[in-house]
Amino acid sequence: MDKLWLIIQREYLTRVKKRSFILATILTPLAIVLFMVVVSFILSYESGEVKHIAVLDQANILNKTIGKDEKNLYFHILDENLDSLKANFSKEKYAGILVIPPITNIDASKHKVYYYREDPLGLDVQGGVVDRIKNKLRDYKIKQLGLDEKNLRSLNFDIEFNPQPITNTKEEITSITTIVAVMIGGAMGTIMYITVFIYGMMVMRSVMEEKVNRIVEVMISSVRPFQLMLGKIIGVGAVGLTQVAIWGLLIPLIYLVVGLFFGLNMEAAPMDMEMANTAIDPEELEGMVVLAMQELSRQNWLMIIPLFVLYFLGGYFLYASLFAAVGSAMGDDLGEGQALTIPITIPVLISFYIMMVAVRSPHSSLAVWSSIFPLFSPIVMPARLAFSPPWWQIGLSIILLLGTAIFMVWLSARIYRVGILMYGKKVTFKEIGKWMFSRG
Amino acid sequence: MMDILKLDKVRKTYGKHVAVDDVSFDMPTGCIFGMLGPNGAGKTSLIRIITTITRADSGVVYLNGEKLGNKHPEQIGYMPEERGLYKKMKVGEHLIYLARLKGLSNKMAKQEIGHWFEKFGIEDWWSKKVEELSKGMQQKIQFISTIIHKPKLLILDEPFSGLDPINTNLIKDEIDELNKNGTSIIFSTHRMEQVEEICEHIVLINAGKNVLQGSVKSVKDQFKKNKFKVHYEGTLPVDVAEHFTITAQNKDAITVQLSAGNNSNDFLQYLLRHGLHIHAFNEILPTLNEIFIRQVGASTNS
Repeated sequence: MDKLWLIIQREYLTRVKKRSFILATILTPLAIVLFMVVVSFILSYESGEVKHIAVLDQANILNKTIGKDEKNLYFHILDENLDSLKANFSKEKYAGILVIPPITNIDASKHKVYYYREDPLGLDVQGGVVDRIKNKLRDYKIKQLGLDEKNLRSLNFDIEFNPQPITNTKEEITSITTIVAVMIGGAMGTIMYITVFIYGMMVMRSVMEEKVNRIVEVMISSVRPFQLMLGKIIGVGAVGLTQVAIWGLLIPLIYLVVGLFFGLNMEAAPMDMEMANTAIDPEELEGMVVLAMQELSRQNWLMIIPLFVLYFLGGYFLYASLFAAVGSAMGDDLGEGQALTIPITIPVLISFYIMMVAVRSPHSSLAVWSSIFPLFSPIVMPARLAFSPPWWQIGLSIILLLGTAIFMVWLSARIYRVGILMYGKKVTFKEIGKWMFSRG
Repeated sequence: MMDILKLDKVRKTYGKHVAVDDVSFDMPTGCIFGMLGPNGAGKTSLIRIITTITRADSGVVYLNGEKLGNKHPEQIGYMPEERGLYKKMKVGEHLIYLARLKGLSNKMAKQEIGHWFEKFGIEDWWSKKVEELSKGMQQKIQFISTIIHKPKLLILDEPFSGLDPINTNLIKDEIDELNKNGTSIIFSTHRMEQVEEICEHIVLINAGKNVLQGSVKSVKDQFKKNKFKVHYEGTLPVDVAEHFTITAQNKDAITVQLSAGNNSNDFLQYLLRHGLHIHAFNEILPTLNEIFIRQVGASTNS
């Protein structure tokens, strides 16, 4: 036990003290935040260029106004002739001439407008212009067709889909429950997928290095190979937890600090865009955010977090021990050994794809059975947790996962203890199979 | 005195290959014990069993009279032929780590490392990284790490390979000193001249089998051919060849092989009777190298 603890300490401390670890741990959140800042800056970018657009209202639908002037964009409704305007275009300060031709058929499903220009309009400006004309044309049509505006407005409505439990529980379900559950599930499944890969690979590389630089024979003359392998898996796992925990704290913190420092309203910027595109009422959006926050706080975190940790441990031990076994079988030739990792990476990849399906239909039989099957469950089940799967499924899947993880650690240790002493031979799966049954 | 190490019919197979084939031998406490054998004879497999790295398929190993178990690694120091250290670790931390894995406390480890650093005059290496050291320097660190916990049994697999003459002598002196202080040492090699120089007892392993064992003297006695060399002054009797088989002769020396009926005294008396003046009289013992080649060659031919 003492020795296992010493090994864990070394594996942990040598990694955590490395400059590359410190840099990656601090720089990654900085890079992420920087990325977000740059993105929000780009999205909120407005060209400082002032544009004046001449408007020829031949259809006579504008009533002398085309709506409020936007920032840096001015409309001038003129009564001039298009040809004379065109002829004088270079002298005038207009960026372009917008022509709304007379409306010949009021029932047409498509109306054309023309824009004469030297430089094209930006896509969002163009969309804004189209929206203005559309609104005006709509008003014009209402008037011409003699429709009642009040009645028309009542045609403009949304459906709020509200699932309700059948049994009379306290549980509240709102329209946004599913969306929040998908977000939580997707995030947890993805975190699981990434950590299993990154830290599993780290274990593999480290096992391989020890074998290649021959320290391993000295080590296992002092400790059992099993202790060395387990110590490494636990040590690297602790490094992973440290890194994820630091990121979890640093990313929001840096985001906040940067936000304050630059006075950027970072949340608002991308949302403005969203609103422009989907035309969601800002108040409605705010309502949704509040609802989502409520939904998040209503999640049974006391159940989800411990279960997530349990699945993390099970999944990590299961895959990291397999990676360790493969690392021990690899020789100095990394490329040749790469083929050995395929049987491990395939189930991880498959479960990632199942996870993406599972968040959309969490109670489908694919999702249910893969969240019980131990090679997939560490990634698939966390994605389902927010959808409150039945307890028997969670229980069964946890028991199977932990059982399999222990079995895999044991099995990998059997491969490991033979593999680390095997040099200069190309290892095949058949050979690895023999190692499992050979005597220490 | 009890034997430090006793092997009883130890056997180890890898698939169909028999690496160690019912090897038995005793190693007296406090001796330097040569484990000889050609490459691939099974020396490393045998050492790995003794160091508890692997387990024998059958047979028993006793260390100090106890069956080899989990607490014994702390009493054994092992320097493998292929050496290695964690390249990124600092020398001091590395030695503490290895020492603590051998059961030393942190304080004891530091004390011992300080002692050895002083002895080798390398006090300023503590916070250097292993990869910054030259290969010879790394070997020194490796050696310190092997003996830091004062093992009762020290196993050195080709300890001088890759060492320059100065470091070879340094390590040789340390081996001698450790042995004087009671450490039993297994010295595995195929370089015979080193064995003759250092070892008191040997075991010869070939094709997984123990073909020969005992003290260097008894092994040589076992293989001596009753050959004697005399340095003399005077004239040899003419009929010397009729009485003794001459294997070599020059101006003032003669080597003869005595037949079973004769002993060295008969030969000496014969020479004295004929009035020769004897300067030196030696028994020609076979070198370990000759024995080695003969034994290994014989078993390969059979």
